[in-house]
Amino acid sequence: MATPQQQQTIRDATVASGAKPVMSKTDSNLKLTARSINFYYGQFQALHGISLDIPTNKVTAFIGPSGCGKSTFLRTMNRMNETLRNTRMEGDLKLDGEDLMGMDVTDVRRRVGMVFQKSNPFPKSIFDNVAYGLRVNGIKKKSVVAEAVEKSLAHAALWGEVKDKLHKPASALSGGQQQRLCIARALAVEPEVLLLDEPCSALDPIATLKIEELLFQIKDITTIVIVTHNMQQAARLADFTGFFLMGKLVEIDDTKKIFQNPGKKETEDYVTGRFG
Amino acid sequence: MMMEISASRRIVNSVMLTLSGVCTVFVVGVLFFILGYLLLHGVSSLNWDFFTKLPKPSGETGGGMANAIVGSGKILLLAALIGVPIGFLAGVYLAEYSGKTFAFTIRYVVDLLNGVPSIVIGIVAYALVVRPMRHFSALAGGVALGIMMIPIAVRTTEEFLRAIPNNIREGAMALGATKATTIYTVVIPAAISGLTSGMMLNLARVAGETAPLLFTALGNQYWSSGYLAPIATLPVMIYNYAIAPEDDLHQQAWAAGFVLLTLVLVINVTARLIIARGPAAQRR
Amino acid sequence: MATSTSHIAETLHRRAKSGFFARLRGGDELSYLITLACTISILLIVGVIVFELWFNSRATFHAFGFGFLTSSAWDPNADKYGALPFIYGTCVTSFIAMLIAVPLGVAASIFLAEMAPPQLSNILTFLIELLAAVPSVIYGLIGIFVLVPAIRTYLVPPLKSAFGYLPIFEGTFYGLSFLSAGIVLSVMVVPFIISVSREVLMAVPREQREAALAVGATKWETTWDIVLPNASTGIFGSIFLALARALGETMAVTMVIGNTPKISASLLSPGYSIAAVIANEFAEANGDLYISSLIFMALVLFGLTIVINAVARIFIMTTQGKGG
Repeated sequence: MATPQQQQTIRDATVASGAKPVMSKTDSNLKLTARSINFYYGQFQALHGISLDIPTNKVTAFIGPSGCGKSTFLRTMNRMNETLRNTRMEGDLKLDGEDLMGMDVTDVRRRVGMVFQKSNPFPKSIFDNVAYGLRVNGIKKKSVVAEAVEKSLAHAALWGEVKDKLHKPASALSGGQQQRLCIARALAVEPEVLLLDEPCSALDPIATLKIEELLFQIKDITTIVIVTHNMQQAARLADFTGFFLMGKLVEIDDTKKIFQNPGKKETEDYVTGRFG
Repeated sequence: MMMEISASRRIVNSVMLTLSGVCTVFVVGVLFFILGYLLLHGVSSLNWDFFTKLPKPSGETGGGMANAIVGSGKILLLAALIGVPIGFLAGVYLAEYSGKTFAFTIRYVVDLLNGVPSIVIGIVAYALVVRPMRHFSALAGGVALGIMMIPIAVRTTEEFLRAIPNNIREGAMALGATKATTIYTVVIPAAISGLTSGMMLNLARVAGETAPLLFTALGNQYWSSGYLAPIATLPVMIYNYAIAPEDDLHQQAWAAGFVLLTLVLVINVTARLIIARGPAAQRR
Repeated sequence: MATSTSHIAETLHRRAKSGFFARLRGGDELSYLITLACTISILLIVGVIVFELWFNSRATFHAFGFGFLTSSAWDPNADKYGALPFIYGTCVTSFIAMLIAVPLGVAASIFLAEMAPPQLSNILTFLIELLAAVPSVIYGLIGIFVLVPAIRTYLVPPLKSAFGYLPIFEGTFYGLSFLSAGIVLSVMVVPFIISVSREVLMAVPREQREAALAVGATKWETTWDIVLPNASTGIFGSIFLALARALGETMAVTMVIGNTPKISASLLSPGYSIAAVIANEFAEANGDLYISSLIFMALVLFGLTIVINAVARIFIMTTQGKGG
């Protein structure tokens, strides 16, 4: 079993050479793997040959300027891009070694959850919001659902604030609470990966802090991939960080290395604020 | 010189603007006049008999419109059963599934259908139902009004479903819901207040329709059972009584007119107020 | 806790593999097909309408050809039919209605869009749109018992004393007439003109008004010279919409027009319209030729309203495209 440093060296070498990163023997450490992903919106190619690994139970962040493709790539991981017309993807995506594109799409989405940039609670009660994923996937038994709802809300650091008003409408919550509700909703179906697309961009610093704290806690129960335009957030939260630029993955590595000693000039320019 | 020009321009300005205000007041005044007149003449002729008794044979005074009230209800029920499902589901298709050009074509056709005079729809219902059956029936009337309900059902459904933001749909699908599940368990419930108000407006509109019923449902002096016989309806009774010579019947026409107008306006106002306060309006 | 954790994930994972989701996906197909079917059925319904109208007019067309539309011989007892009196009546009443409704409606829409404070404008518009919801037969009721006597007492005498020499005001006025029908119609269609025109006017960008006011134009001049021309396409659209409505209006017209199949230059004489004759005579019409003649006229009316509505839609869509 290669040590983290050895894995690092292997990664450095392969990325620098442009070759595909070699999967280490510890495949069970890699939750999601992507190889040579190209993505097209109609004629426009948004992603060019993205290859990376998402390690299990860690936080991986994607950073990069607007329009660099990080959100597009995020959405390939739970096949949400398929809801758009006229899109096409090439390449290989594997979840736990299983081909993502060959699986049933609703199963993929249950196993790979997503939290969106702008919180989108359903116009239902708080309880029904969190319970929605369970009910829609066939779990209807009241006791099971109630327990799962409580657990998810606890993980999302929201239980204390809403336990007395579970049947009030979700719209009555503040912006930060609504986003935590969306996280609880996603967690209720026990996803193996949680994708977050700039979840704090519409929130104030205090709300942002609460969410960052809970993300830190829940990485034990799920694998986290977060897209953020806030480099400090990536530096605070992520174990690994990937830098995207113009649809390409420039570099992905330990967060410390990306920010303190990046391998590529473009990465260095971005993280030191020289552009973007 | 300059002062004179300014004065005449100012005068023109005031006159024209006052005139436009007068026109507005006039139009609004007509509404209140109609309401007031019906109130005056209708309420005085309104009595318990009106709601409970059958019409008297010609020559005799008295009687009521109980059968017409029930008849209108029966036909509207049938019309809703025909027009609402078709219109609603087509609206769902336009809002959730359809591509742009096909949607444009359908919308255009639906708008054209909406513009067809009600009497023409009545003729088609006659050809489709009355002629093969060889007699008039509530069924034919229901078919005519049902066809008339379709365009508005399509338009309101599409409009209110489109008003639900897309990220709600994405949120549901990201949890593993299929498209159909998302539509029926999230999108439609979110739009429900607008959808029901739209249906109320739709119903109110066909409730007052007379022309297509004149040769489909025709009319009936007595109770009509089932849907396969001619049936009395409120608007047709109003028409028949209004053009009859007897003054007693005129009074009953006023009473019926008052009842019909009150019903139609109350439903309209309620529905519009619900829409004005609803989620669709707030998103604009 | 740990057991129920894995229980949920396991249950869901197991279900996915067992084809449960395959069945759910079937729900997707079903929903798509059913909604598509309903959409297509609407197209079919329109097709059926056109077909039935055409099919059931054939007898008249074979008997009289297009001459049916120019003949004024209407005698059911002799089985002779001609549509001209009805076409004439439809056109005359609609024309009178538009003559009254257009200036009235456009003026009111100007007030509501340009002059009135927003709250007042919204309330008044709400009330005016309620007018559009009043059933036709109610307009007829008021028409017979209120409007016609009022016209006879207050409108016709001054008209006759001032303009009685004109052919359009010839003859005795008994009440039920082209004029009465035209006036009732005008009230019925004015809400449509107001509603659409107001929206179109409000959509004219504020910069345009401000540019005119900034060089010293009065409010009226701004409206007349700048705003109205900008909104003209949409206003024309509303006029066409109102016209289409007026052509097809049945109950109010048949209650006040007099139901006499005569062509007369005088607006004070009774007449007939296509919709009115169908309303009056269809239920009791016997004989193939009688019925098919009425249906032929319905087809003509159908065609007319479709064309005018289509034109109206084009006008209105152009306005929306202009960046309103």
